[in-house]
Amino acid sequence: MTRKQRRMTIIGGSLAVLALAAALVLNALRDSIVFFSTPTMVAEKHVAPGKRFRLGGLVQPGSLQRGDNLAVTFEVADGGAKLPVAFKGILPDLFREGQGVVAEGALDADGVFKADTVLAKHDETYMPKEVADALKKQGHWKDDYGAKASDGVKPAATTAQGNPQGAVR
Amino acid sequence: MIAEAGHYALVLALGLALIQSIVPLIGARLRDDALMNVARSTALAQLLFVGASFIALVMLHVASDFSVANVYENSHSMKPLLYKITGVWGNHEGSMLLWVSILALFGGLVAAFGNNLPLSLRAHVLAVQAWIASAFYLFILVTSNPFLRIANPPIEGRDLNPVLQDIGLAVHPPMLYLGYVGFSISFSFAIAALLEGRIDAAWARWVRPWTLVAWIFLTLGIAMGSYWAYYELGWGGWWFWDPVENASLMPWLAGTALLHSALVMEKRNALKVWTILLSILTFSLSLLGTFLVRSGVITSVHAFATDPTRGVFILLILCLFIGGSLSLFAGRATSLKQGGLFAPISREGALVLNNLLLTVACAVVLFGTLYPLAMEMLADFKMSVGAPFYNLTFAPLFTLLLLAVPFGPLLAWKRGDLLGVTQRLLAAGVSGLVVAAMVWGWARGGSALAPLAIGLGIFVITGAVTDIVERTGLVRLPFATALHRARGLPRSAWGSAFAHAGLGIALIGIVCETTWNSEYIATMKQNDVAHVAGYDVKLDGLFQRQGPNFREMIAEFNVSQDGETLSVMTPSKRSFTTRGSSTTEAALLTRGASQLYLSLGDATAEGAIAVRIYHKPLVLLIWWGPVLMAFGGVLSLSDRRLRVGAPKPARAKQRLQPAE
Repeated sequence: MTRKQRRMTIIGGSLAVLALAAALVLNALRDSIVFFSTPTMVAEKHVAPGKRFRLGGLVQPGSLQRGDNLAVTFEVADGGAKLPVAFKGILPDLFREGQGVVAEGALDADGVFKADTVLAKHDETYMPKEVADALKKQGHWKDDYGAKASDGVKPAATTAQGNPQGAVR
Repeated sequence: MIAEAGHYALVLALGLALIQSIVPLIGARLRDDALMNVARSTALAQLLFVGASFIALVMLHVASDFSVANVYENSHSMKPLLYKITGVWGNHEGSMLLWVSILALFGGLVAAFGNNLPLSLRAHVLAVQAWIASAFYLFILVTSNPFLRIANPPIEGRDLNPVLQDIGLAVHPPMLYLGYVGFSISFSFAIAALLEGRIDAAWARWVRPWTLVAWIFLTLGIAMGSYWAYYELGWGGWWFWDPVENASLMPWLAGTALLHSALVMEKRNALKVWTILLSILTFSLSLLGTFLVRSGVITSVHAFATDPTRGVFILLILCLFIGGSLSLFAGRATSLKQGGLFAPISREGALVLNNLLLTVACAVVLFGTLYPLAMEMLADFKMSVGAPFYNLTFAPLFTLLLLAVPFGPLLAWKRGDLLGVTQRLLAAGVSGLVVAAMVWGWARGGSALAPLAIGLGIFVITGAVTDIVERTGLVRLPFATALHRARGLPRSAWGSAFAHAGLGIALIGIVCETTWNSEYIATMKQNDVAHVAGYDVKLDGLFQRQGPNFREMIAEFNVSQDGETLSVMTPSKRSFTTRGSSTTEAALLTRGASQLYLSLGDATAEGAIAVRIYHKPLVLLIWWGPVLMAFGGVLSLSDRRLRVGAPKPARAKQRLQPAE
């Protein structure tokens, strides 16, 4: 084999692996990406039942109901609209009414969001970034969401401390 | 006083780094030995001052000096001593100080042990190290000074995030940083080679041990972080494809590729340009990881504080170093001489394939990590790329890589015999298939994917064993001869066999855990019994206990199998009053390599409690694999030909050594 042929073999092999990777990525992008929505966006866009997405917003105060066998229902609101959520399992440590939450799942035929994962973060000042951005965009952001634990002494710049992600399946 | 001293030491370190950035290069230009030697003294002095600065911060945390903002925000006087110390790097400012301290440590090591390096190469390497150091000292001093005082000192601190109050924090970040920052050495060597326009096999011999050290620490750091997440977060997950985890995986993949390409360069003087590029890419990915984690563009346990100026500053550093080094590469790479020829089917060819698959897998992870960020920026919608994406992309690429792994070490340099190697791997392949069939039969059908993946793991392990058997002639020759040959085998051969076997072991653990993991979630009252995977788990009762800076509720479970009591497990839920947050402390029962995992949910008014019970078969293999890989790395590092500062072997002796 000449030097040129050897080089061509290596370049050909590289291109083949790259093409394979590109094909895999494009295939995966078709159906494994999960989008983020707020209740308002869901109401506007008419998301089809069964399509998986991430729902973010605030847990509506007074909406949390616990049923038998760890079944829970609550409402997620973003100031513009509300969406009922059903979940079965253990909620994260810092799941509270009035706090931010992100749930992953899909709508059922009745328009109830069946969540199989609920994410919340272990911090008193926590507001999921997606939720905060969405609320700000819709003009429902209140400044005290981010600074609840401010006790006067502290500079306000560092309110979002470490936010470990606890998720429940 | 201590805080001011620490701050001052950091400023002095910056000054030293600036001198080290410029003077040695002038010295190299003028061929002035004295000026080039400045690099050595400044690197050591820099280490001294950063070390002093770091110790100052540790002392402030230990003494609970709440007049310092960093201590106030992350510490509490009641916190146990261990967490007072580890809390130093459990926050943004402190972790950046740890980052530069480790950078200075590596610079100091090159200065102290690099006596056998050509003087101008050492001067260049240390100067490049100092560029990186200067940028990060500036970053700390301008945007994240850990020594800032508060005008009216509070009496009590805000405590460290409870999830971080764990022994994991003592080990995981320093390990990971030793890995991340360790790759700066190969980066500096690469830039130095480009600046000098000269590179040879000796260059690879110097770079390889440093890369290997960084790789060992990164491997252990990632494994440790994964195990920590597994037991601390309370739901038994060990890898989430979270952007921050990807940020550590990418340098690992690129670093693994670098390790292998440096081998080709050292042994055969080929792949020079590629090795240089990989050195640059690996450290660039480490920097990108630092940016992703520290800038607040993503929210995660690792993103301590979000402050836009920091993000912009790190982005500038990132652009400067990645852009600068790649431009230098583009301009200078062609001037490097091409070396040794090889046929596509050869050890070199196999290592090229390894590099190709590793870098492409790395590119896929990079794409998955940055795609959501790019979409948010450009198209203004949010999305997440999670496990399903990586299962469809990363997994097939890695499967190909694992299939090729056993072939590599068995192929000869320059021109290999694929048919012969396949024959020698026949036993390994057959054992893999037999195990796959047995597992498939035991699982009574179901998806064939999991048994095949386990078969692949067995193939990789037995392939590594085959390599050692072939080299020692264990089957062909008398036992005593084989033993003698095993003793004479270079340690790096043992090292690669262990590392490759570790890969197979980790794969088996991952497949078993994800496929046959059983889960039981329910509300339990006193004396309720749950049956999980053959174990009977009985709730004996609930107790309250007061810890140093938390209150905890402990549930006591009696675990038995076939009526025989095995153990008492006590998972708990801690609530930390200062931060108003709680953590779930899981209880683990280890049986062989499998674990029973208990964690608590909320208690109800009637004295019942939500309980999560998992049985995770062979889960520990997931972490034993990387530990074995790191052990292989240590063995390889202890090979006398690779030892830092070891003299070159005589030519005659080199010829006698078995081919590797």
